[in-house]
Amino acid sequence: MFKLVKRLTSVVAMFAVLFAFTTETMAAKKSKTLKNTQKKGFVRCGVSQGLPGFSNADAAGNWTGVDVDVCRAVAAAVLGDASKVKFTPLSAKERFTALTSNEIDILSRNTTWTLSRDADIGLTFVGVNFYDGQGFMVRKNSGISSVNDFKAGVSACTNLGTTTELNMRDFFNSKGIKYEPVTFEKADEVVAAYDAGRCDTYTTDKSGLAAQRIKLSNPDDHMVLPETISKEPLGPVVRQGDSVWEDIVRWSLNTMIEAEEYGVSSANADMMKTSDNPAVKRLVGAEGELGAALGLDNEWSLRIIKQVGNYGESYKRNIADTGILPDRGPNELWTKGGILYVPPAR
Amino acid sequence: MNFKKILPQLLTLVVVVLVFGFFSYNAQVNMENRGITFGYGFLSQESSFDVQFSLIEYDGSHSYFRAYLVGLLNTILVSVIGIIFATIIGVVVGIARLSSNYLIERTAAIYVEFFRNIPLLLQIFFWYFAALRALPLPEKAEPMFGVFFLTIKGFFVPAFVWNNLDIFVYSVIAAIIAIVFVRIYAKKKQENQGIQTPVLSISIGFLIILPLLSFFLGGVDATVEIPVIKQLSQTSFTYEGGLKLPPELISLALALSLYTATFIAECVRAGVQGVSKGQKEAAASIGLTPNQVLKLVVMPQALRIIIPPTTNQYLNLTKNSSLAAAIAYPDLVLVFAGTALMQTGRAIEIVSITMLTYLTLSITISIFMNWYNKKIAIKEK
Repeated sequence: MFKLVKRLTSVVAMFAVLFAFTTETMAAKKSKTLKNTQKKGFVRCGVSQGLPGFSNADAAGNWTGVDVDVCRAVAAAVLGDASKVKFTPLSAKERFTALTSNEIDILSRNTTWTLSRDADIGLTFVGVNFYDGQGFMVRKNSGISSVNDFKAGVSACTNLGTTTELNMRDFFNSKGIKYEPVTFEKADEVVAAYDAGRCDTYTTDKSGLAAQRIKLSNPDDHMVLPETISKEPLGPVVRQGDSVWEDIVRWSLNTMIEAEEYGVSSANADMMKTSDNPAVKRLVGAEGELGAALGLDNEWSLRIIKQVGNYGESYKRNIADTGILPDRGPNELWTKGGILYVPPAR
Repeated sequence: MNFKKILPQLLTLVVVVLVFGFFSYNAQVNMENRGITFGYGFLSQESSFDVQFSLIEYDGSHSYFRAYLVGLLNTILVSVIGIIFATIIGVVVGIARLSSNYLIERTAAIYVEFFRNIPLLLQIFFWYFAALRALPLPEKAEPMFGVFFLTIKGFFVPAFVWNNLDIFVYSVIAAIIAIVFVRIYAKKKQENQGIQTPVLSISIGFLIILPLLSFFLGGVDATVEIPVIKQLSQTSFTYEGGLKLPPELISLALALSLYTATFIAECVRAGVQGVSKGQKEAAASIGLTPNQVLKLVVMPQALRIIIPPTTNQYLNLTKNSSLAAAIAYPDLVLVFAGTALMQTGRAIEIVSITMLTYLTLSITISIFMNWYNKKIAIKEK
């Protein structure tokens, strides 16, 4: 009997040592995510379940949106083909678990960058691809024209598991208004409940309100209040602990923004190789060895610009031309009065 | 010889331990690699999110543990309401299916076949959005009896405002104790002397008289608070005062009870049909009235067949209530495994607590129903 117990423990210990060893050696390699992506031949990207302008699939299953373009840019840089992306639609509740449990490699799903998310749950935010803020939508005939018109007893529909729930509480508490939060798991149900009159207001990120308004039965009967009650910097997220992959995603996004700043677009990228400006030449890979630092070839950024376009093109294609938010607001370049400002690629 | 018997047991144990060990070890390593910490300390942190409907006092300044209790109580509330209504509807429909009236029998059969063959989630969506479409806006609601208002924003009912509520509660408890004594006395009297006592009317008498006395002698006082309409903006209204049942609770309870009642109806039908015809005929032949036949002969035997499968349905209903998240009813899954999980990111901790809670709920129901089943089982003397 004793012998058996002894043998049992030694077997367990052996297994433990074996697993410790294998995980150790895997972590020691440089970028597991990059290697796996190249081996698979596609980028695994987590997106929303359908938010026009950010990540939305058409009837044929083609994904478009500014969040989608971040993943396409990474695919162009790493695999040479912007179409080699596998999209996984995720609810707000599932998104972080999907990333930390290795189901996806990039989460590009209108996700707000906050301290606790960045530091506490094994995630790293790599940048901001859309500066947003929380707002309220109301019926035009309600006579409410400002957030100061809300009265105690107001019911607010919103999405479950978002920063929205926390901001809403902070906002109504600061005004001393008792309110009724009605939270749904999926955005479609929020829209349906608000449309039916269950709630007096619908609150989420302003870009989301603009996009969801189109789904209402009479979009013209509703309006978004002018006030913004929170900062919502939305950006792509990767798993903590793979700094090479983190850099690739960060600089793929930065490349798109920097390309717009220097006037490099999908139409003129090839011609820019002979530009007089060294910054532009570095951007299209005609000078310097920037790709090598990321473990990529030197044409990586050129491919992003040629296949996906610069940030301005992506914004125009997905958000402005679709009528969601024609005005770029804070999402304009810093040189043109916005707050888009990225570190230089050199 | 003995060892040979133990060996397969031991091997099974080893496999179980290894599998569990492997998964927990793996989880630990993975969490460490990704910088995720593990612990239940977050339960005492401030939750900082609000919930629309709660049985206990709660707002975002309370802890995550309090939010857990809010969700748990809401789950229990909808389950209890669901179980009560499912049982009532189930028994009525089950008996209707045995009716000799063709129309009643067919209607009951169609109801059963229709509701049990449509997925529950669809039914929940149907009732919720049907309710939202059909119910009037608060300002257009017709009052029922002048004080009840059924609107798209909820069912507003008058609430009692109590003085000395504790004395009232004691009087009810005293009435219940008195009833228990009367029952024991009546049973003894029947066993010894064969004389029946009208237990039911005496019980009802106690339940009315004692609480009434507490009003006159105990200083208990209750005033009724009637909901009053309140304008929020030019076009939107709500009600203030009284008690509010959210439409999510109503439609969820409705969907759960209508769905589960179909299964209970079948259990009831099977139970009654399982009592042999000879029993009824024998009971009638010794001069029992039809009511007595049902109460003293058929039901005690039918219950033995009905209880075990009905227990399963109660368990199903409780677990199915977790579909609430789809229509914004703040149950355990929505509040705790939804919002709280999202805000803290502690997936393993929260999911494990939630699983353990549902397990405990189910086992509690099972234990109670098993006790009841044993109580009504045939006791061989």
